[in-house]
Amino acid sequence: MSFVMADNGDDDNQYRIKEGDYVVLKRGEIFKAVQIQPRKKVIFEKQWIFLDNAVGQLYSTTFEILSGGNLKPHELKDTASPLDAVEAGTDNRNIVDDGKSQKLTRDDIEALKEKGLKGQDIIKKLVDNHATFGDKTEYSQVKYIKKKKKKYENTVMILKPSCRILAMMYHGREPGKICHLRYDTLAQMLTLANIHAGSKVLVFETCAGLVLGSIMERMGGYGSVIQMYPGGGPVRAGVENFGFPAHFHDTLHEFPICHVNALLAGTLDTSAKDPTAENTHEKQLNLAAEKKQNQPEAEEQGTPEEESMVTNTGDDAGQDVEKTEKDKLKEAKAQVKKLRLEEKQRKLAATVALLKGRNADGLVISSRFHPCPVLLGLLKFLSPSRPFVVYSQYIEPLIECFKKLKECGGTVNLRLTDTWLRHYQVLPDRTHPLLLMSGGGGYLLSGTTVATDHSKPAGSKQAEEPAPKRQKLEDTEG
Amino acid sequence: MSFVEYSDFIQDGDVAIIYLSHNNVMPVKVQQGAQTQTRYGVIRHSTDLIGQRYGSKVTCSKGWFHVLHPTPELWTVALPHRTQILYTTDIAFITMMLELKPGSIVCESGTGSGSLSHAILRTIAPTGHLHTVEFHQQRAEKVAEEFKEHRVDHLVTVRNQDVCKDGFGVTGVADAVFLDIPRPWDAVGHAKVAMKKHGGRLCSFSPCIEQVQKTCEALQDQGFEDISTTEVLLREYDVRTVSLPLPDFGPDPETTEEATPAAPPNHASISLKTTTLPREMPGHTGYLTFATKPRT
Repeated sequence: MSFVMADNGDDDNQYRIKEGDYVVLKRGEIFKAVQIQPRKKVIFEKQWIFLDNAVGQLYSTTFEILSGGNLKPHELKDTASPLDAVEAGTDNRNIVDDGKSQKLTRDDIEALKEKGLKGQDIIKKLVDNHATFGDKTEYSQVKYIKKKKKKYENTVMILKPSCRILAMMYHGREPGKICHLRYDTLAQMLTLANIHAGSKVLVFETCAGLVLGSIMERMGGYGSVIQMYPGGGPVRAGVENFGFPAHFHDTLHEFPICHVNALLAGTLDTSAKDPTAENTHEKQLNLAAEKKQNQPEAEEQGTPEEESMVTNTGDDAGQDVEKTEKDKLKEAKAQVKKLRLEEKQRKLAATVALLKGRNADGLVISSRFHPCPVLLGLLKFLSPSRPFVVYSQYIEPLIECFKKLKECGGTVNLRLTDTWLRHYQVLPDRTHPLLLMSGGGGYLLSGTTVATDHSKPAGSKQAEEPAPKRQKLEDTEG
Repeated sequence: MSFVEYSDFIQDGDVAIIYLSHNNVMPVKVQQGAQTQTRYGVIRHSTDLIGQRYGSKVTCSKGWFHVLHPTPELWTVALPHRTQILYTTDIAFITMMLELKPGSIVCESGTGSGSLSHAILRTIAPTGHLHTVEFHQQRAEKVAEEFKEHRVDHLVTVRNQDVCKDGFGVTGVADAVFLDIPRPWDAVGHAKVAMKKHGGRLCSFSPCIEQVQKTCEALQDQGFEDISTTEVLLREYDVRTVSLPLPDFGPDPETTEEATPAAPPNHASISLKTTTLPREMPGHTGYLTFATKPRT
């Protein structure tokens, strides 16, 4: 198919897999996000794989998984398709499904696999040992081969992560972690909220960081993203999977919602001790609840314990030298802790500065929390004429939000929507829709803020809803 | 104001969006001394618009409305149609599936009325570029004019040519290609040429399934991978409160002297906050076919 072009070394570099990269493994419609680490075993589709041999190869390369788990770039051999020499029938009127058509047993196939036979060759063997393969129609034969390929081909493709790939992955693998947000719904959110480089976006999400990462990707490292988080710390393990360059993280801020009211009232004191440190108990509860997703800042909790241990052992007489060293260690640790705290305070002050002006450009909410209070609380941070989008797995909470917003005023263009996604198989004479995915994507409420009108109550001048029909009072016979 | 950057106050020369009511928006070219007629009365640009905040309420003789900062989404519902356009639902899906982001280089044909173009520009700014091809001369000129007015012309190049004959006018630069033309299979080869050697994403939008079949075949022949065809539809819910009357089966023989807390049976009803769907909903816009160009 192709002629070889002279490789431009520099150009290619950004397309080559490096150690430490976050990548996505793909086989068919199955995806898995992993990090390339040396000599680390990764499990994918019931197989153990070592990704070491991927380093230096280009992204989107397909690899064969050798026995033992190492990878080898897959060569597309121009082998004769298993169908070339086979005749085909016209229909299935004489084909009886007695389960005896395939002569190879499960054990036979296992033996072939152990012998190291490649997927293509196993399939050829299956076709050769199929009693009625020649009776199947051509289409049926193609379908059979496709099915066997899916089962026996031992390949994996390594992809560069993107919002599209990760959104499909999460929805396929762990929809519960992302509140069952379907990827087309996520696509709508990003566009309706007008996410673009240079804006200031507020995000409240409990979707493992998928929504946050997607927003960051669309901002390209420009502007700022402020993650408002419940509990002790922001959960954003999913952001790592995007493999953003380091400077993207400079645009990412966080703010605990337990201080939103103080901030709005102007009573939040950022110069004093770190206000978020008070919540250690809550933090521990949250750590337990979100064990799987959380990246705990628990290292700091280890330090006081260690410190107390050090002071206890320091009582022994004749260990003055050790004591001094232990003291030094203690000091060093305290210093590190102090610096970390200062950095945290600095970041917090910077975040407060971003929020104080109440001039954010967009708001995206996507969580398991009831969206109504979250929305009403965070809308206050937006400038007028800016979009907001709220995702909910269920429609009822959004109906409430809609009603509340209509009552309060301050928003226009409210829409409650969902999307319907349908895939097609497109083949000559065999084109038809695949299975329907509607109903599983969640709902969106979107709108635009406007300047709040303090003069009149926000009664709509045009009837947005037709008034419910008056019920005729019927006389009841005694 | 620009379609790729927010600003707070309306200025002379801006394009603003007048939001009259749900599903009733119109664009306005803001000009010192100019006036615009609306169903609520006259808008005097100098006093009502210039210097006001975006999002402000403007009161006219017969009513009021809000002025909004333009966004590609508002533009899509407000723009003057020269052709059938793509709507936000398809645009959003295309944007994600083509992996567009700041810095992306995109090729598009046909430009049409520029609905998708504006959305692409918003997403690829400030470092990306859009090469858009439109074979109709007047449409090409009109859309180029709009890009300038919307302050996005530095991000886009409009070419008035036939993409099926002359391609996109660039080679080996595109991360993504979008086709919305009658015979996309004739442009697949040109798309391949315009795309980066390392690969990229392609999307073709066609209303008819026959077009889709021919396009998929062409994509396969040209070595594209991951070919998939999808359609996405929007369902919009009407939120309303309805009143459901309760039936009166007569006095309950079981109850004794206890007065029921409910109102007299004649007027008993339950109020419900719920949604209803419109009588008709958009059932089809077009099929979206996506594919990946591998490294060549």
